[in-house]
Amino acid sequence: MSEKKAIRAAYGEALADLGKRNKKIVALDADLAHATMTQNFADACPDRFFNAGIAEANMVGMAAGLSTMGYIPFCSTFAVFGAGRAWEQVRNSVAYPGLNVKLAMTHAGITLGEDGGSHQAVEDLALMRVIPGMTVIVPCDANETVRAVEAAAQMEGPVYLRLARPATEVFEQEMPFVIGKANVLRQGQDVVLFACGILVATALACAKALEAEGVSAAVVNVHTIKPLDVGCVREMAKKCRRVVTLEEHSVIGGLGDAVASALMGEGSFVFRKIGVDDRFGQSGKPEDLLQEYGLDAQSVLTQIQHVLQERI
Amino acid sequence: MEMIGAASSGHPGGSLSAVELIAGIYAQMRVDPRYPEDPDRDRFILSKGHAAPCYYAVLGELGFFDKNEFQHFRQLHSILQGHPDAKKVPGVDASTGSLGQGVSVAVGMALGAKTAGKASRVYTLLGDGELQEGQVWEACTAAAHYGLDNLTIVIDNNGLQIDGTNDQVMSLGNLRLRFEALGMDVIELSDGNDLSAVCHALAIPPAYGKPRCIIAHTVKGKGVSFMENQVGWHGKAPSPQELQMALKELEGSGDE
Repeated sequence: MSEKKAIRAAYGEALADLGKRNKKIVALDADLAHATMTQNFADACPDRFFNAGIAEANMVGMAAGLSTMGYIPFCSTFAVFGAGRAWEQVRNSVAYPGLNVKLAMTHAGITLGEDGGSHQAVEDLALMRVIPGMTVIVPCDANETVRAVEAAAQMEGPVYLRLARPATEVFEQEMPFVIGKANVLRQGQDVVLFACGILVATALACAKALEAEGVSAAVVNVHTIKPLDVGCVREMAKKCRRVVTLEEHSVIGGLGDAVASALMGEGSFVFRKIGVDDRFGQSGKPEDLLQEYGLDAQSVLTQIQHVLQERI
Repeated sequence: MEMIGAASSGHPGGSLSAVELIAGIYAQMRVDPRYPEDPDRDRFILSKGHAAPCYYAVLGELGFFDKNEFQHFRQLHSILQGHPDAKKVPGVDASTGSLGQGVSVAVGMALGAKTAGKASRVYTLLGDGELQEGQVWEACTAAAHYGLDNLTIVIDNNGLQIDGTNDQVMSLGNLRLRFEALGMDVIELSDGNDLSAVCHALAIPPAYGKPRCIIAHTVKGKGVSFMENQVGWHGKAPSPQELQMALKELEGSGDE
């Protein structure tokens, strides 16, 4: 890892670049274009950028209408509004008719920071996962975001892209990005860490620290929460028998539950879901919040060590 | 009515108030039942999705699908769902039923047509109770903001909704003023159940840069004496005897 770059910044650039190449791409925002970075697209393709104003429900409906006219709309606002406030529009206007709308929602999770719990979506993965036919993607860094945007545009059907706000480290390793195909970043035998979003880097850091203790930890970047790469999840879990999931989301309904469902009836595992423990967020600096909610590298490492001590 | 009778389920009142409005809109539209996916066609969205039986009747008559489907309305595996499903029914341009959402989709379609330089017109029909949904006003604000003069929204103003009259449930205020205040071009139609008046209003050329709003005063349950202006017939199916009486009255009034 080297430089730091915000996932949302990569989103804005990727969308603008995509828009220049593909005239079918349109973008909508709800008065947050300078925060979600769709402003990059607005500057590059002003005729295909539509501000919906502070009216998320209507924005999602307009995106649905635009998609029926042959466009590929990318719809952005904060995740708490896009997945939360406009949930029923996403369900009924977009997903029920199976329309080709991309919901790229930023500022997801607690690392949104200072704005506080009212704005921190820790439920969006659960809300989107439960909708039939919805593809749910959580890129882990700026580079993966670029590939995710490209892949989302190429596939037909509704996609939810969960994008984080802060600048995070960018992985040096070039990883393939295929929707629905998890990436094994590190092989191991003692414990497998399934992570998504900005906690993939945390999982790697923990695996490195564990290596020094003589523990071999596998790390899997589960960038697609739905459809989940069930084959990979089962194979890695059966190999390691100790399973830890990491997400910057509630432990209810997100990656952890998706992995648990995939492993149900598949044998006996020591299993730990690491995420926001059924709490709302609050104001603070992103790094302080990660610590408060037990999602910083040290807290995660301690939890993994507990898992290693449990008997299978 | 036969569909609702066969299903023993559906919304007769709001379907009957909308017959002339939906028929009038389709008389105006450029659509071809043999080529329902024509990208250059006009679009219609039944934002008040519960009037599906009336919508299906019009689409069936136009030949978008086999009228034998009518008998399967609201039944398992039928293409004719309780509320319109665009994935299942040829000619249905948007899936609706959750009130307030269809009008936003219509705005998106009109915006898409404008952006693509297409001549397609977009029509949508809303119930008056539906205007209590805040999303309708978000959508109309956007329609005016983007100058969508290729969009016509029609209000089926029958004055009744499930729990009572509009005024008992949640007063709508002065609708003309509300739509005009947003920058829409408003036409009020004193008898929205008069087909020729509906056709005449729909044929009026658009006002440049302004979305059109037609407020059509209608009678809920129109054409069936015991249903007219009766709140109770919003979402209740007639019994077999009531159905026979209703059909007799409707057939009798068809010559008017």
